[in-house]
Amino acid sequence: MAEQVDARGLSCPQPVIMTHNKMKELKKGIFEVMVDTDTSRENISRLARNEGWEVVESKKTQDSGYIITLKKE
Amino acid sequence: MSNLKTFFGTRWGIISVGVCIGILAALLQKWGNPPNMGICVACFERDIAGALGLHRVAVVQYIRPEIIGFVLGSLIAAYIFKEFRPRVGSAPIVRFILGFFAMIGALVFLGCPWRALLRLAGGDGNAILGLAGLASGVAVGVLFLKNGYSLGRNQMTYTSVGWILPLIMLSLFAFLVFAPLMGDGGKSGPIFFSEKGPGSMHASIAVSLMVGLLIGFFAQRTRFCTMGAIRDIILIRNFHLASGLFALLIAAFVNNIILGQFHPGFAKQPVAHTNHLWNFLGMSLSGLAFALAGGCPGRQLFLAGEGDGDAAIFVLGMIFGAGFSHTFSLASSPAGVGFYGPHAVIIGLLVCCYIGLTMRERIK
Repeated sequence: MAEQVDARGLSCPQPVIMTHNKMKELKKGIFEVMVDTDTSRENISRLARNEGWEVVESKKTQDSGYIITLKKE
Repeated sequence: MSNLKTFFGTRWGIISVGVCIGILAALLQKWGNPPNMGICVACFERDIAGALGLHRVAVVQYIRPEIIGFVLGSLIAAYIFKEFRPRVGSAPIVRFILGFFAMIGALVFLGCPWRALLRLAGGDGNAILGLAGLASGVAVGVLFLKNGYSLGRNQMTYTSVGWILPLIMLSLFAFLVFAPLMGDGGKSGPIFFSEKGPGSMHASIAVSLMVGLLIGFFAQRTRFCTMGAIRDIILIRNFHLASGLFALLIAAFVNNIILGQFHPGFAKQPVAHTNHLWNFLGMSLSGLAFALAGGCPGRQLFLAGEGDGDAAIFVLGMIFGAGFSHTFSLASSPAGVGFYGPHAVIIGLLVCCYIGLTMRERIK
Protein backbone atom coordinates (compact mmCIF):
# COMPACT_ATOMS: atom_id res chain seq x y z
CA MET A 1 0.00 0.00 0.00
CA ALA A 2 1.28 3.45 -0.93
CA GLU A 3 2.37 5.80 1.84
CA GLN A 4 -0.22 8.40 2.88
CA VAL A 5 -0.12 12.02 3.92
CA ASP A 6 -3.23 13.03 5.88
CA ALA A 7 -3.69 16.77 5.43
CA ARG A 8 -7.43 16.87 6.09
CA GLY A 9 -8.65 19.79 8.16
CA LEU A 10 -5.40 21.71 7.98
CA SER A 11 -5.14 25.35 6.93
CA CYS A 12 -3.41 26.48 3.79
CA PRO A 13 -0.44 25.99 3.18
CA GLN A 14 0.15 23.05 5.54
CA PRO A 15 -1.13 20.41 3.08
CA VAL A 16 1.40 21.76 0.55
CA ILE A 17 4.25 21.75 3.08
CA MET A 18 3.46 18.19 4.20
CA THR A 19 3.27 16.99 0.60
CA HIS A 20 6.48 18.82 -0.27
CA ASN A 21 8.24 17.22 2.70
CA LYS A 22 7.06 13.77 1.60
CA MET A 23 8.32 14.43 -1.95
CA LYS A 24 11.73 15.39 -0.57
CA GLU A 25 11.76 12.32 1.68
CA LEU A 26 10.80 9.81 -1.04
CA LYS A 27 12.52 11.53 -3.99
CA LYS A 28 10.56 9.16 -6.30
CA GLY A 29 7.86 6.52 -6.14
CA ILE A 30 4.17 6.78 -5.34
CA PHE A 31 2.17 8.17 -2.41
CA GLU A 32 -1.30 9.44 -1.58
CA VAL A 33 -2.39 12.74 -0.08
CA MET A 34 -5.72 13.11 1.70
CA VAL A 35 -7.22 16.61 1.65
CA ASP A 36 -10.68 17.98 2.32
CA THR A 37 -10.98 21.12 0.18
CA ASP A 38 -10.81 21.89 -3.52
CA THR A 39 -8.27 24.60 -2.74
CA SER A 40 -5.88 22.09 -1.19
CA ARG A 41 -6.41 19.70 -4.11
CA GLU A 42 -5.54 22.46 -6.60
CA ASN A 43 -2.51 23.56 -4.56
CA ILE A 44 -1.17 19.99 -4.37
CA SER A 45 -1.65 19.50 -8.13
CA ARG A 46 0.24 22.74 -8.78
CA LEU A 47 3.05 21.71 -6.43
CA ALA A 48 3.26 18.31 -8.16
CA ARG A 49 3.65 19.98 -11.56
CA ASN A 50 6.32 22.30 -10.11
CA GLU A 51 8.28 19.42 -8.61
CA GLY A 52 7.98 17.03 -11.56
CA TRP A 53 5.50 14.63 -9.96
CA GLU A 54 2.52 13.27 -11.87
CA VAL A 55 -1.04 13.39 -10.47
CA VAL A 56 -2.09 9.82 -11.28
CA GLU A 57 -5.54 10.09 -9.75
CA SER A 58 -7.67 12.54 -7.78
CA LYS A 59 -10.46 10.51 -6.25
CA LYS A 60 -13.42 12.09 -4.44
CA THR A 61 -14.15 10.50 -1.08
CA GLN A 62 -17.49 9.99 0.69
CA ASP A 63 -16.90 12.95 2.99
CA SER A 64 -16.39 15.27 -0.04
CA GLY A 65 -12.63 15.24 0.34
CA TYR A 66 -10.03 13.91 -2.09
CA ILE A 67 -7.35 11.27 -2.19
CA ILE A 68 -4.67 12.42 -4.61
CA THR A 69 -2.20 9.85 -5.89
CA LEU A 70 1.20 11.26 -6.85
CA LYS A 71 3.91 9.43 -8.74
CA LYS A 72 7.47 10.08 -9.90
CA GLU A 73 9.51 7.52 -11.87
CA MET B 1 -19.83 24.79 -15.74
CA SER B 2 -16.90 22.37 -15.74
CA ASN B 3 -15.01 24.51 -18.31
CA LEU B 4 -15.63 27.61 -16.21
CA LYS B 5 -14.37 25.78 -13.11
CA THR B 6 -11.21 24.76 -14.96
CA PHE B 7 -10.64 28.30 -16.28
CA PHE B 8 -10.72 29.82 -12.79
CA GLY B 9 -7.96 27.46 -11.72
CA THR B 10 -5.64 28.52 -14.53
CA ARG B 11 -3.03 31.27 -14.66
CA TRP B 12 -5.35 33.26 -16.96
CA GLY B 13 -8.20 32.79 -14.53
CA ILE B 14 -6.39 34.44 -11.65
CA ILE B 15 -4.93 37.15 -13.90
CA SER B 16 -8.47 37.99 -15.08
CA VAL B 17 -9.62 38.34 -11.49
CA GLY B 18 -6.60 40.52 -10.61
CA VAL B 19 -7.39 42.77 -13.57
CA CYS B 20 -11.05 42.84 -12.59
CA ILE B 21 -10.24 43.89 -8.99
CA GLY B 22 -7.69 46.51 -10.15
CA ILE B 23 -10.14 48.12 -12.56
CA LEU B 24 -13.11 48.00 -10.19
CA ALA B 25 -11.07 49.43 -7.30
CA ALA B 26 -9.93 52.38 -9.39
CA LEU B 27 -13.51 52.89 -10.59
CA LEU B 28 -14.91 52.73 -7.05
CA GLN B 29 -12.60 55.62 -6.21
CA LYS B 30 -13.99 57.50 -9.22
CA TRP B 31 -17.52 56.67 -8.07
CA GLY B 32 -17.00 58.07 -4.60
CA ASN B 33 -14.74 55.88 -2.42
CA PRO B 34 -11.77 57.63 -0.74
CA PRO B 35 -8.55 58.30 -2.70
CA ASN B 36 -6.29 55.26 -3.17
CA MET B 37 -8.93 53.36 -1.21
CA GLY B 38 -11.24 52.00 -3.87
CA ILE B 39 -11.06 48.81 -1.85
CA CYS B 40 -9.35 48.26 1.49
CA VAL B 41 -10.49 45.35 3.61
CA ALA B 42 -8.80 46.65 6.76
CA CYS B 43 -10.03 50.25 6.35
CA PHE B 44 -13.54 49.11 5.43
CA GLU B 45 -13.79 46.80 8.44
CA ARG B 46 -12.52 49.71 10.54
CA ASP B 47 -15.30 51.87 9.11
CA ILE B 48 -17.82 49.17 10.02
CA ALA B 49 -16.43 49.06 13.57
CA GLY B 50 -16.92 52.84 13.70
CA ALA B 51 -20.47 52.66 12.37
CA LEU B 52 -21.30 50.20 15.13
CA GLY B 53 -19.78 52.51 17.74
CA LEU B 54 -16.85 50.23 18.55
CA HIS B 55 -14.74 53.35 18.13
CA ARG B 56 -15.80 57.00 18.05
CA VAL B 57 -13.51 58.50 15.42
CA ALA B 58 -16.13 60.47 13.54
CA VAL B 59 -14.36 60.53 10.17
CA VAL B 60 -14.17 56.75 9.68
CA GLN B 61 -17.66 55.40 10.30
CA TYR B 62 -19.66 53.69 7.56
CA ILE B 63 -21.01 50.21 6.89
CA ARG B 64 -19.10 49.32 3.73
CA PRO B 65 -21.24 47.21 1.36
CA GLU B 66 -18.10 45.90 -0.35
CA ILE B 67 -17.24 43.80 2.73
CA ILE B 68 -20.78 42.43 2.85
CA GLY B 69 -20.54 41.65 -0.86
CA PHE B 70 -17.21 39.84 -0.50
CA VAL B 71 -18.67 37.37 2.01
CA LEU B 72 -21.99 36.89 0.23
CA GLY B 73 -20.39 36.67 -3.24
CA SER B 74 -18.10 33.94 -1.97
CA LEU B 75 -21.07 32.20 -0.34
CA ILE B 76 -22.97 32.21 -3.65
CA ALA B 77 -19.96 30.86 -5.57
CA ALA B 78 -19.37 28.18 -2.95
CA TYR B 79 -22.97 26.99 -3.22
CA ILE B 80 -23.07 27.08 -7.04
CA PHE B 81 -19.83 25.10 -7.32
CA LYS B 82 -20.66 22.82 -4.38
CA GLU B 83 -17.73 24.00 -2.26
CA PHE B 84 -19.65 25.21 0.79
CA ARG B 85 -18.02 23.23 3.63
CA PRO B 86 -19.00 24.33 7.14
CA ARG B 87 -15.93 23.78 9.31
CA VAL B 88 -14.57 25.15 12.55
CA GLY B 89 -12.39 24.35 15.55
CA SER B 90 -8.81 25.09 14.52
CA ALA B 91 -7.59 27.24 17.42
CA PRO B 92 -10.33 29.90 17.13
CA ILE B 93 -9.06 32.08 20.00
CA VAL B 94 -5.61 32.24 18.38
CA ARG B 95 -7.19 33.24 15.08
CA PHE B 96 -9.09 36.00 16.88
CA ILE B 97 -5.83 37.34 18.33
CA LEU B 98 -4.09 37.08 14.95
CA GLY B 99 -6.94 39.05 13.37
CA PHE B 100 -6.73 41.59 16.18
CA PHE B 101 -3.00 42.23 15.67
CA ALA B 102 -3.26 42.01 11.87
CA MET B 103 -5.66 44.95 12.06
CA ILE B 104 -3.44 46.91 14.46
CA GLY B 105 -0.51 46.51 12.06
CA ALA B 106 -2.65 47.44 9.06
CA LEU B 107 -3.90 50.60 10.78
CA VAL B 108 -0.35 51.65 11.64
CA PHE B 109 0.47 51.40 7.93
CA LEU B 110 -3.04 52.55 6.92
CA GLY B 111 -4.19 49.78 4.65
CA CYS B 112 -4.47 46.08 3.96
CA PRO B 113 -2.31 44.38 1.28
CA TRP B 114 -4.90 45.25 -1.38
CA ARG B 115 -4.74 48.90 -0.43
CA ALA B 116 -0.93 48.75 -0.34
CA LEU B 117 -1.08 47.73 -4.01
CA LEU B 118 -3.74 50.34 -4.79
CA ARG B 119 -1.72 53.04 -3.03
CA LEU B 120 1.30 52.11 -5.12
CA ALA B 121 -0.85 52.09 -8.26
CA GLY B 122 -1.97 55.60 -7.33
CA GLY B 123 1.64 56.80 -7.02
CA ASP B 124 2.04 56.62 -3.22
CA GLY B 125 5.69 55.67 -2.69
CA ASN B 126 5.10 54.95 1.01
CA ALA B 127 3.32 51.79 -0.10
CA ILE B 128 6.69 50.35 -1.15
CA LEU B 129 7.71 50.26 2.52
CA GLY B 130 4.39 48.65 3.41
CA LEU B 131 4.75 45.99 0.72
CA ALA B 132 8.35 45.30 1.76
CA GLY B 133 7.14 44.94 5.35
CA LEU B 134 4.35 42.63 4.23
CA ALA B 135 6.80 40.40 2.39
CA SER B 136 9.15 40.34 5.40
CA GLY B 137 6.33 39.41 7.77
CA VAL B 138 5.15 36.63 5.45
CA ALA B 139 8.75 35.37 5.14
CA VAL B 140 9.00 35.07 8.93
CA GLY B 141 5.63 33.27 8.92
CA VAL B 142 6.96 30.82 6.31
CA LEU B 143 9.92 30.09 8.60
CA PHE B 144 7.52 29.15 11.39
CA LEU B 145 5.48 27.02 8.96
CA LYS B 146 8.59 25.22 7.76
CA ASN B 147 9.44 24.44 11.38
CA GLY B 148 6.16 22.75 12.07
CA TYR B 149 3.87 25.62 13.09
CA SER B 150 0.24 24.54 12.93
CA LEU B 151 -3.07 25.80 14.26
CA GLY B 152 -4.33 22.21 14.24
CA ARG B 153 -7.10 20.53 12.30
CA ASN B 154 -10.59 21.91 11.86
CA GLN B 155 -13.70 19.74 11.90
CA MET B 156 -16.77 19.56 9.74
CA THR B 157 -19.72 21.10 11.52
CA TYR B 158 -23.36 22.09 11.06
CA THR B 159 -24.34 24.14 8.02
CA SER B 160 -25.74 26.78 10.36
CA VAL B 161 -22.22 27.43 11.74
CA GLY B 162 -20.96 28.26 8.25
CA TRP B 163 -23.86 30.68 7.88
CA ILE B 164 -23.05 32.75 10.99
CA LEU B 165 -20.80 35.34 9.31
CA PRO B 166 -22.99 35.62 6.17
CA LEU B 167 -25.95 36.25 8.50
CA ILE B 168 -23.95 38.88 10.39
CA MET B 169 -23.24 40.50 7.01
CA LEU B 170 -26.95 40.47 6.12
CA SER B 171 -27.67 42.10 9.49
CA LEU B 172 -25.06 44.77 8.74
CA PHE B 173 -26.77 45.38 5.40
CA ALA B 174 -30.07 45.90 7.23
CA PHE B 175 -28.33 48.38 9.57
CA LEU B 176 -26.91 50.17 6.52
CA VAL B 177 -30.24 50.46 4.72
CA PHE B 178 -32.47 51.28 7.69
CA ALA B 179 -29.81 53.27 9.60
CA PRO B 180 -31.50 53.01 12.99
CA LEU B 181 -30.45 55.29 15.84
CA MET B 182 -30.02 53.04 18.86
CA GLY B 183 -27.85 55.06 21.24
CA ASP B 184 -29.22 57.04 24.23
CA GLY B 185 -32.50 55.16 24.08
CA GLY B 186 -32.95 55.78 20.36
CA LYS B 187 -31.89 59.44 20.17
CA SER B 188 -28.44 59.11 18.59
CA GLY B 189 -26.07 56.66 16.93
CA PRO B 190 -24.99 53.97 16.58
CA ILE B 191 -25.48 53.40 13.75
CA PHE B 192 -22.94 56.18 13.03
CA PHE B 193 -22.23 57.54 9.56
CA SER B 194 -19.35 59.96 8.97
CA GLU B 195 -20.33 63.39 7.72
CA LYS B 196 -16.79 64.26 6.63
CA GLY B 197 -13.49 62.48 6.05
CA PRO B 198 -12.88 59.09 4.42
CA GLY B 199 -15.95 57.52 6.05
CA SER B 200 -18.22 60.01 4.29
CA MET B 201 -16.75 59.15 0.89
CA HIS B 202 -18.40 56.21 -0.77
CA ALA B 203 -19.96 54.97 -3.97
CA SER B 204 -23.69 54.24 -3.90
CA ILE B 205 -24.81 51.26 -1.84
CA ALA B 206 -25.99 49.34 -4.92
CA VAL B 207 -22.75 49.85 -6.85
CA SER B 208 -20.54 49.00 -3.86
CA LEU B 209 -22.56 45.89 -3.09
CA MET B 210 -22.54 44.70 -6.70
CA VAL B 211 -18.77 45.17 -6.97
CA GLY B 212 -18.33 43.35 -3.66
CA LEU B 213 -20.50 40.44 -4.79
CA LEU B 214 -18.67 40.18 -8.10
CA ILE B 215 -15.22 40.21 -6.50
CA GLY B 216 -16.33 37.83 -3.74
CA PHE B 217 -17.65 35.40 -6.34
CA PHE B 218 -14.54 35.40 -8.54
CA ALA B 219 -12.04 35.53 -5.68
CA GLN B 220 -13.64 32.45 -4.12
CA ARG B 221 -13.27 30.61 -7.41
CA THR B 222 -9.63 31.61 -7.98
CA ARG B 223 -8.48 31.54 -4.29
CA PHE B 224 -7.11 35.08 -4.78
CA CYS B 225 -4.83 35.86 -1.81
CA THR B 226 -2.13 38.52 -1.56
CA MET B 227 -0.40 36.85 1.39
CA GLY B 228 -0.59 33.46 -0.32
CA ALA B 229 1.01 34.98 -3.42
CA ILE B 230 4.10 36.08 -1.48
CA ARG B 231 4.16 32.90 0.60
CA ASP B 232 4.05 30.61 -2.47
CA ILE B 233 6.97 32.47 -4.07
CA ILE B 234 9.06 32.03 -0.91
CA LEU B 235 7.92 28.52 -0.08
CA ILE B 236 7.67 26.69 -3.40
CA ARG B 237 8.82 29.24 -6.00
CA ASN B 238 5.33 29.25 -7.48
CA PHE B 239 4.03 32.45 -9.11
CA HIS B 240 0.42 31.38 -9.75
CA LEU B 241 -1.22 33.57 -7.09
CA ALA B 242 1.38 36.31 -7.61
CA SER B 243 0.33 36.69 -11.24
CA GLY B 244 -3.10 37.81 -9.99
CA LEU B 245 -1.47 40.27 -7.65
CA PHE B 246 0.68 41.80 -10.42
CA ALA B 247 -2.40 41.94 -12.67
CA LEU B 248 -4.26 43.90 -9.98
CA LEU B 249 -1.38 46.35 -9.61
CA ILE B 250 -0.97 46.96 -13.34
CA ALA B 251 -4.71 47.20 -14.04
CA ALA B 252 -5.21 49.70 -11.22
CA PHE B 253 -2.14 51.69 -12.34
CA VAL B 254 -3.32 51.93 -15.97
CA ASN B 255 -6.85 52.78 -14.90
CA ASN B 256 -5.56 55.45 -12.48
CA ILE B 257 -3.57 57.05 -15.33
CA ILE B 258 -6.66 57.05 -17.55
CA LEU B 259 -8.87 58.46 -14.79
CA GLY B 260 -6.29 61.10 -13.70
CA GLN B 261 -5.87 59.45 -10.30
CA PHE B 262 -2.09 58.85 -10.47
CA HIS B 263 -0.11 61.30 -8.33
CA PRO B 264 3.46 60.06 -7.71
CA GLY B 265 5.35 61.01 -4.54
CA PHE B 266 5.75 60.33 -0.83
CA ALA B 267 4.45 63.48 0.86
CA LYS B 268 0.80 64.43 1.19
CA GLN B 269 -0.54 61.19 -0.21
CA PRO B 270 -4.20 60.55 0.66
CA VAL B 271 -4.89 58.72 3.94
CA ALA B 272 -1.18 57.94 4.37
CA HIS B 273 1.83 59.04 6.42
CA THR B 274 5.53 59.12 5.60
CA ASN B 275 7.05 57.35 8.59
CA HIS B 276 8.99 54.69 6.70
CA LEU B 277 9.99 52.62 9.73
CA TRP B 278 6.43 52.17 11.01
CA ASN B 279 4.99 51.76 7.53
CA PHE B 280 7.39 48.84 7.20
CA LEU B 281 6.96 47.38 10.69
CA GLY B 282 3.18 47.85 10.75
CA MET B 283 2.80 45.80 7.63
CA SER B 284 5.42 43.30 8.87
CA LEU B 285 3.13 42.59 11.81
CA SER B 286 0.14 42.20 9.50
CA GLY B 287 2.05 39.96 7.08
CA LEU B 288 3.19 37.70 9.91
CA ALA B 289 -0.32 37.49 11.37
CA PHE B 290 -1.81 36.74 7.92
CA ALA B 291 0.77 34.01 7.28
CA LEU B 292 0.11 32.40 10.67
CA ALA B 293 -3.64 32.54 10.05
CA GLY B 294 -3.41 31.22 6.47
CA GLY B 295 -4.73 34.16 4.46
CA CYS B 296 -4.87 37.90 3.86
CA PRO B 297 -7.93 39.82 5.12
CA GLY B 298 -9.71 39.48 1.78
CA ARG B 299 -9.08 35.74 1.65
CA GLN B 300 -10.37 35.36 5.22
CA LEU B 301 -13.66 36.95 4.12
CA PHE B 302 -13.90 34.61 1.12
CA LEU B 303 -13.08 31.57 3.29
CA ALA B 304 -15.73 32.67 5.78
CA GLY B 305 -18.19 32.88 2.89
CA GLU B 306 -17.51 29.24 1.95
CA GLY B 307 -18.24 28.08 5.50
CA ASP B 308 -14.93 28.44 7.34
CA GLY B 309 -15.91 29.44 10.87
CA ASP B 310 -12.27 29.92 11.88
CA ALA B 311 -11.78 32.52 9.15
CA ALA B 312 -14.96 34.20 10.43
CA ILE B 313 -13.36 34.42 13.88
CA PHE B 314 -10.30 36.08 12.28
CA VAL B 315 -12.61 38.64 10.65
CA LEU B 316 -14.30 39.39 13.98
CA GLY B 317 -10.84 39.72 15.54
CA MET B 318 -9.98 42.31 12.90
CA ILE B 319 -13.15 44.31 13.55
CA PHE B 320 -12.50 44.20 17.30
CA GLY B 321 -8.88 45.19 16.62
CA ALA B 322 -10.09 48.21 14.65
CA GLY B 323 -12.24 49.38 17.53
CA PHE B 324 -9.35 48.87 19.92
CA SER B 325 -6.86 50.60 17.63
CA HIS B 326 -8.82 53.81 17.39
CA THR B 327 -9.87 53.84 21.04
CA PHE B 328 -6.35 53.24 22.40
CA SER B 329 -4.49 55.72 20.13
CA LEU B 330 -2.77 52.99 18.12
CA ALA B 331 -3.98 53.85 14.61
CA SER B 332 -2.03 56.20 12.37
CA SER B 333 -3.51 59.18 10.57
CA PRO B 334 -2.18 61.45 7.80
CA ALA B 335 -0.59 63.44 10.66
CA GLY B 336 1.61 60.47 11.56
CA VAL B 337 1.80 57.31 13.61
CA GLY B 338 -0.58 56.98 16.56
CA PHE B 339 0.92 57.69 19.99
CA TYR B 340 0.90 54.06 21.13
CA GLY B 341 1.02 52.50 17.64
CA PRO B 342 4.72 51.51 17.80
CA HIS B 343 4.28 49.91 21.25
CA ALA B 344 1.35 47.88 19.95
CA VAL B 345 3.27 46.75 16.85
CA ILE B 346 6.17 45.49 18.98
CA ILE B 347 3.78 43.69 21.34
CA GLY B 348 1.99 42.23 18.31
CA LEU B 349 5.23 40.96 16.80
CA LEU B 350 6.15 39.35 20.13
CA VAL B 351 2.72 37.72 20.44
CA CYS B 352 2.92 36.38 16.87
CA CYS B 353 6.40 34.97 17.53
CA TYR B 354 5.11 33.38 20.74
CA ILE B 355 2.29 31.75 18.76
CA GLY B 356 4.63 30.71 15.93
CA LEU B 357 7.20 29.21 18.28
CA THR B 358 4.92 27.44 20.70
CA MET B 359 2.25 25.97 18.38
CA ARG B 360 4.47 23.44 16.71
CA GLU B 361 2.71 20.14 17.11
CA ARG B 362 4.00 17.76 14.49
CA ILE B 363 0.91 16.65 12.60
CA LYS B 364 1.14 13.05 11.42
